[in-house]
Amino acid sequence: MEEQVEQVVSMPKLGEKAPDFEAPTTFGVLKLSDFKGSWVILFSHPADFTPVCTTEFMAFAQIQPELKKRGVELLGLSVDSITSHIAWARNIEEKTGVKINFPIIADLNKEVSAKFGMVHPGQSKTETVRCVFVIDPNQVIRLILYYPLTTGRNMDEIIRVVDALQMADANKVATPANWRPGDLVIVPPPQTQEAAVERMKQGYECVDWYLCRKKV
Amino acid sequence: MPCVSPDGKPTESGVKMLGALKVGKSSPEDIAAATGMPLFRVRRGIRELAAAGYVTENGGAYAMI
Repeated sequence: MEEQVEQVVSMPKLGEKAPDFEAPTTFGVLKLSDFKGSWVILFSHPADFTPVCTTEFMAFAQIQPELKKRGVELLGLSVDSITSHIAWARNIEEKTGVKINFPIIADLNKEVSAKFGMVHPGQSKTETVRCVFVIDPNQVIRLILYYPLTTGRNMDEIIRVVDALQMADANKVATPANWRPGDLVIVPPPQTQEAAVERMKQGYECVDWYLCRKKV
Repeated sequence: MPCVSPDGKPTESGVKMLGALKVGKSSPEDIAAATGMPLFRVRRGIRELAAAGYVTENGGAYAMI
């Protein structure tokens, strides 16, 4: 009887330190720890010279100035070679005028993608799916998004979650559904009965003691 | 993007970083602030400059040789 061996892929979790790596990129050999002190968006795409990925790369390049304002660096990844990455970036610039000005990891041996659980065999046994890891300046994983091969990512959402994470860190608050900068934020719920009574007198906009909003 | 060219000479970004070191900047953070280069590029570049013998490192502080 043939024995079936199921490969268990470890995936990093929110709140955990991002696994460090050293990898060849289009900006030379980089370590994840080189980004310590900055926010990083580590994102993977299935393959160079493919249509959805090309639209995504252009879109990432177009939001890069907004991300820079927020102290965020971009770091792309696929299992293609450096030569392929360079050729693709040059082709995008030549055909569309969009310059790809962030490093792209050439993860030919899948060392980095394995550490971050970027290959999902149900989607593709050879390519990485569309992952986004938002990593904070202490190199802690703060947000993970996975998109299937067929579906390009939404850059507005990527900027929105960066804003939400930075708002939460700076003000010790949470952000409600569909929050945008300028909207009210959520005050963390009180942890004692006394604080619950007090909460209603603190001038917040409250639905009830556990759901209060304030302006920041 | 490299800070040292294949012939072993510092590139434009390498020269920028060495300039910052010359005026007393010693940490990657200070060099990044002085040159306007992203921190990750400074960290990578300074490793290259050190490997090429332009820079020494002592407890996280860098200096020109």
